[in-house]
Amino acid sequence: MLTILIPVSLALGGLGLLAFFWALRRGQFDDPEGDAHRILRTDYDDVPKE
Amino acid sequence: MSASEALPRPQVCPACAIPQPEFHLPEAASPGQIVLSLPGVHCAACISTVENRLAREPGIRSARVNLSLKRVAVDAGPGITADHLVGVLAGVGYEAHELDPALLAETGGDKTGRDLLMRLAVSGFAMMNVMLLSVAVWSGAEDATRDMMHWISAMIALPVIVFAGQPFYRNAWSALKVGRLNMDVPISLAILLAGAMSLYETMMSGHHAYFDAALSLTFFLLGGRYLDYRTRASARSAAQELAALEVPRALRLVDGAEVLTPVATLGIGDHVVVRPGTRLPVDGEVISGESEIDRAFLTGESLPAYAGPGSRLNAGEINLTGQMVLSVTALSKDSSLRKMADLVALAETARNRYTSLADRAAAIYAPGVHLLAAIAFVVWVSISGDIRLSLNIAIAVLIITCPCALGLAVPAVTTMASGRLYRKGALLKSSTALERLAEADTIVFDKTGTLTLGVPKLDPLDDAAARHLDIAATLATHSSHPLARALVAGAGPFALADISDIREVPGYGMEGVLNGAPVRLGRASWVGADAPAKTATCLKIGDAAPVSFTFTDELRPGVDALIAAAARLGLETHLITGDTEAAAGDIAARVGIANVTASALPGDKVDYVSRLAAEGRRVLMIGDGLNDTGALAAAHVSISPASAIDAARVASDIVVLGRDFAVIGDAIVTARSARTRIKENFAIAAIYNMIAVPFALLGFATPLMAALAMSTSSITVTLNAFRVR
Repeated sequence: MLTILIPVSLALGGLGLLAFFWALRRGQFDDPEGDAHRILRTDYDDVPKE
Repeated sequence: MSASEALPRPQVCPACAIPQPEFHLPEAASPGQIVLSLPGVHCAACISTVENRLAREPGIRSARVNLSLKRVAVDAGPGITADHLVGVLAGVGYEAHELDPALLAETGGDKTGRDLLMRLAVSGFAMMNVMLLSVAVWSGAEDATRDMMHWISAMIALPVIVFAGQPFYRNAWSALKVGRLNMDVPISLAILLAGAMSLYETMMSGHHAYFDAALSLTFFLLGGRYLDYRTRASARSAAQELAALEVPRALRLVDGAEVLTPVATLGIGDHVVVRPGTRLPVDGEVISGESEIDRAFLTGESLPAYAGPGSRLNAGEINLTGQMVLSVTALSKDSSLRKMADLVALAETARNRYTSLADRAAAIYAPGVHLLAAIAFVVWVSISGDIRLSLNIAIAVLIITCPCALGLAVPAVTTMASGRLYRKGALLKSSTALERLAEADTIVFDKTGTLTLGVPKLDPLDDAAARHLDIAATLATHSSHPLARALVAGAGPFALADISDIREVPGYGMEGVLNGAPVRLGRASWVGADAPAKTATCLKIGDAAPVSFTFTDELRPGVDALIAAAARLGLETHLITGDTEAAAGDIAARVGIANVTASALPGDKVDYVSRLAAEGRRVLMIGDGLNDTGALAAAHVSISPASAIDAARVASDIVVLGRDFAVIGDAIVTARSARTRIKENFAIAAIYNMIAVPFALLGFATPLMAALAMSTSSITVTLNAFRVR
């Protein structure tokens, strides 16, 4: 059991870590305050952004 | 290389990167990229308004607002200037300032922040996995299972310890190299020894491995380090932004044409045009033109001085009435910029003498921890003779005493407090400013530009003046001199008098013809009146006796609230100014300051502050001019308004962004509350240690205990930080 579960749990955790690195490199942590507000805008509620 | 080859450079070696001059023109630094500071954005609607307005503007490819930094980055096509965009944004109600991208480039990448965040994430990931593996060991896994758990933990933990702990190892090493101990020395020792010892234990199939403790120590301390970095970085970038607001440029005369040139490229003897209402970009001698010069920034004098051919003027003075041509007498790096750099160096040395609460705690703590661990080791060796057991106990002592909570105690509080102050409009530039502000017991104010706004306001008129107000106001509408503007603003609605041939005599005033008689409005000496004691402008109609209009400097909003707060908090207030006795006494009486010193030279101000410091007082200096810069640097802590000259802002610890000074009273309250919380946090950390250390010394400590003590103390300390007012 453990021989399967431990590698699986580590792999899943590692996947999360990689996702975080990707987000960091894409600059998603550059403007935390602005992103928190952007979700509340009504600009593209009815029409998707082109 | 292709990008740099495209730029025009001096052709020495086209393949090498030749150092560019100190100042880049924003356009040259990154083509198409314009960065504007937007101090007014604060919500989702602001983002939409600004971005949509800019998107509608022809020639703009994209615009993105960064709300955290209060900036907008615009990708603009050729021909779009920052000035144009400032106008566009003013149209939708947002104040915008051009920023120098070259200056911002240093903070823009924010590599250190990302680096710390990356290490924090890696150590957090490793900590959680190793904790989960450790749960098996804590709940009683034995023999082969325990060894396997330990081996897997080791495989995760060891590389992470090497990678994530690097900031601590570097700091510890640089402290040890100069023979000092700082907080990072016991931290590094604990992390590395715990890792090494746990590996050894794992190889020997031992019972206790401290991989989880080593990792959670790394994680929590990196968290504190990251908070600390964020606070400093936001303060630093805001300070740089203030400096970048003024892209230094001058109108240079080349073959009779005016060319906008960066100040850094001017040479001695170049001719520069100075328009009325602008600040002088360089030191220079007047060649042609006459005007009046506002020297308040340099000397604190509120009365303008005359300038004509032959006058020597300094950078930073404001040209009021007439256009002049200057011949540059000092290169920018030798003039005010140079002075500024010297003053910064002065300020830095003064500040470096201050040891923060955290440093003082580390000075007591670091040797204590090492001593305790060493004593535990020696005592246990002499009792049991078992080196492996004794080493284990010594490491347990190191880990349990290690300042997880101490590492978070200060950053958690300063992050809370500086965030709170930033929202109120006070910007902390130095990391120890809060602590020093909390200690202040005396406030020394400058007058012009600090207590007052430096904007004259028309006094209530006497009968003679009131009768001739229409005439004076009519003349004044034709001038941009600050007194003329104040007169028009203070006159209220008035009937235009029938004056012909109105013209401005730069440096003197306005003249015209009314019903065949000459009328003059301007300097007292020019119209033939006795110079009044106050700031005044005089009106003479024909041969009649001159009438004078007097002005008072308008008080800055919030000053009353600040003085009241100072009295409540037990701070003594002083006023020191370069202005005259009468002007200083008047203001002091209006706001209620008892200790007044007038006609003070810049050196006198420094002496005054130093003398107060020698009496054992901790002085908070509030000033805005170049003449205050020395005093700002010499004071225990200093504050300047955003309207201050850059040298003053550089020399001060806190910059108040708005016009209102009431925020300073709040800042003092917040600083004192923050100091209390920091001390409480140290006490909390000490209590945890006092409980846990005896267990560790006696050899009863287990990895589970270490994990619990570390997490609970860190969380308690962070929660306590939220209580900052």
